[in-house]
Amino acid sequence: MMQGAGSAVCLGNDIDTDLIIAGRYLRTKDRSVWAEHVFEDLDPTLAGRIRGAVIVAGRNMGCGSSREQAVVALREAGVVGVVAPSFARIFFRNAVNVGLPVIEAAVSCTDGARVAFDLDSGWVEVDGERYPARPLSPKMVAILRAGGLVPYWRSHR
Amino acid sequence: MSTLSERVLGAPAGAYVDREVDIAFAHDGTGVLTQAALREMGVERLPHPERLRLVFDHIVPANTGTTATLQAELRGYAKGSGIALSDAGSGVCHQVMSEGVVRPGTVVVGADSHTCTLGAFGAFATGVGATDMAAIWASGATWFRVPETIAVHLSGRLSGAAEPKDVALACVARLGMEGATYRALEFAGEGAAGISMDGRLTLCNMAVETGAKTGLFYADAVTVRYLASYGLAASPQAPEDCRCERTLDIDLADVVPLVAVPHRVDTVREAEDLAGTHLDQVFVGTCTNGRYEDLARFARIVRGRKVAVRTLVVPASRAVLSRAIATGVLADIVDAGCMVATPGCGPCLGAHAGVLGEGEVCLSTANRNFKNRMGVGGEIYLSSVATAAASAIAGEIAVPEAV
Repeated sequence: MMQGAGSAVCLGNDIDTDLIIAGRYLRTKDRSVWAEHVFEDLDPTLAGRIRGAVIVAGRNMGCGSSREQAVVALREAGVVGVVAPSFARIFFRNAVNVGLPVIEAAVSCTDGARVAFDLDSGWVEVDGERYPARPLSPKMVAILRAGGLVPYWRSHR
Repeated sequence: MSTLSERVLGAPAGAYVDREVDIAFAHDGTGVLTQAALREMGVERLPHPERLRLVFDHIVPANTGTTATLQAELRGYAKGSGIALSDAGSGVCHQVMSEGVVRPGTVVVGADSHTCTLGAFGAFATGVGATDMAAIWASGATWFRVPETIAVHLSGRLSGAAEPKDVALACVARLGMEGATYRALEFAGEGAAGISMDGRLTLCNMAVETGAKTGLFYADAVTVRYLASYGLAASPQAPEDCRCERTLDIDLADVVPLVAVPHRVDTVREAEDLAGTHLDQVFVGTCTNGRYEDLARFARIVRGRKVAVRTLVVPASRAVLSRAIATGVLADIVDAGCMVATPGCGPCLGAHAGVLGEGEVCLSTANRNFKNRMGVGGEIYLSSVATAAASAIAGEIAVPEAV
């Protein structure tokens, strides 16, 4: 959970959680529905091409609703991690809680570039160029390392 | 010299704290995932059910068999685990919690981003995700990073047709959609005393639209009087000169009716500049503007007239609806040709009852106008209640007259 790599999918600023998963798809417990419709209102072709990808978003990634379906949709669709210069706070906390790596770093992005990150060492690389990543709090490191809040809870009780 | 967030959380800005929570609630949307996470965590007994609440508000009454089944499962879970349930028709969770539940100085978490609304009482209130909520229900506590604070200094008094929603839109426009990310907005200054509890709830509600963790008002005589009407005793919180990151000065007398245009809540123009904009629907309600004062203001403007565009009014709670019936406000709204729907979130999140069609334009009193939020291809403008009322009568965006 602390390291990962994949090809870049570049997105813009202020990607809200409605764009990640629309309100009309929330009423189900079937996680595959969210993966199938992820980013549908932003770009309907994205869902089919983000498996194994690292999302490199702009500022204020994940703003809006607290819907955890947004981060679950990304994880279930096979996204390896999300890099952005800034995140909306609930999205950021939700991502860690479901075991989806989030990397706060300002990087320049080209679609298809090779992205690698190491949250233990605090860096992200895009096509070999290394950028510093803002460290996670110790609690968040512990949760992410466990694979999310549910496994963290189970191993600490 | 602490900020209100620092006082309530008991630690300086930047510190990480583990805190017991006083109230933790979820709704029909997030509660389903919270229940699922509790099952995966292997939690069978909740230690503090008296602090917990479930409120069905997002899709009420249920629109499909699937929604009904999910709600039935959650209803059963609430009963089995001793959690108080405010079932469909009770109202929006934040409004229900504002009706004699939340008190000054408490720590409140809700599995909904607009939980910041409840900071209006001088509580530290913030939104969390469903799995976070599961861990909170299982332990009664959670961790917080104490936020830095941006002070919003209010001076003067509102004038003309301007209302607290216009102040909220002005605030979002000046800070931007991420201008306060991870921070708290603390509303203070001599102008704060002139803003009612309903108005404070509206202002704190939109704090999250700037990325803020919460918005807070210091409890004062207005707060104490409001809570006394629910039989709750509370003490005022004396403001201190805080170590704030920055101060945003707003002279209430300068605020005019404003409108956020598609698809960004921080892209705000004067209503006057948008007068004549075509509308297909007007929506009045939500955790931003579905309170009694809002309905009464709307009714004053539409009384004895007819709306010229389809108009949907959704009271924020059963208590609001009931009071609007008792005072005749509801009759004015219905007689003006408006539809009135079940207390709850209504069409705000585009899930049911008032969804927009391709190319349709809605003027809404809600807090978000994200692309496609109320329906694919629909456009959302956000305004105050008075602007919505004047526009409903005109059938296009119109500037409300001074009251």
